[in-house]
Amino acid sequence: MTQTLTAPAAQAVGEKPRQKRLALVASKGTLDQAYPPLILASTAVSLGWEAGIYFTFYGLDILHKERFEHLKVASLANPSGPIQLPNILGAIPGATAAATRVMKKWMSDARMPTVPEFLDMTRDLGVHFFACATTMGVMGVEESDLIEGADIAGAAAFLDYAADADVSMFV
Amino acid sequence: MTDIATHSEPKTVDLEAFDLDCTGLLCPLPVYKAALVLNQLNDGDLLRLVTTDPGALRDIPAMAKQRGDTLLEVVEADGRQSFLISKGVVE
Repeated sequence: MTQTLTAPAAQAVGEKPRQKRLALVASKGTLDQAYPPLILASTAVSLGWEAGIYFTFYGLDILHKERFEHLKVASLANPSGPIQLPNILGAIPGATAAATRVMKKWMSDARMPTVPEFLDMTRDLGVHFFACATTMGVMGVEESDLIEGADIAGAAAFLDYAADADVSMFV
Repeated sequence: MTDIATHSEPKTVDLEAFDLDCTGLLCPLPVYKAALVLNQLNDGDLLRLVTTDPGALRDIPAMAKQRGDTLLEVVEADGRQSFLISKGVVE
């Protein structure tokens, strides 16, 4: 006689529960917006989950070898930014650099890792980095422009990954 | 925070806890560092984690729940939080 195990019974004989999965879209390339997906993904893996980030449009700069160390905070049209300036002054040369310096100092004073350090941490943890193929085509980004470990993929490949995710977010 | 603590005395009195100082660090670093240590420990090993991030009072219990580890004790005093975690499920 064949015995069919129900899910709880199958677990009782030693099957581990499925690993949870986080699927994130990182669509922005400013310094302040690079942090949340990296924080969430590193936390997810620390919780025992697996995590993947789809870097698309300006978010692809976070994986760009020559850009990820130079992400900036906008001083213009950013009322929550680290320096509070009327837009007319936020547009003057040097204002974005000043806002960026202030945010980097905040992060450093709070002993937070830099974006390059966070990228190393998340890669070492095994976070999956998807690089949006369309963004690469539109913006003229080559595979050799990206940091090691980036997996070039389109929307269908990411959705296939995200379809099995327990938590999905767009940043 | 006594509602989180299940009991105050670790059952495995002969085991020493691994100490991890995360004072001065903000999310996600206490969870990240605790996980790196817990991944190296064996089931039943103890981790004593000290933090000053007020968010840790919610984060560390959530981490233990998600990982399947057991939070044995939480002590909060003078702006510092001390957590005793046993790796794995305590029978």
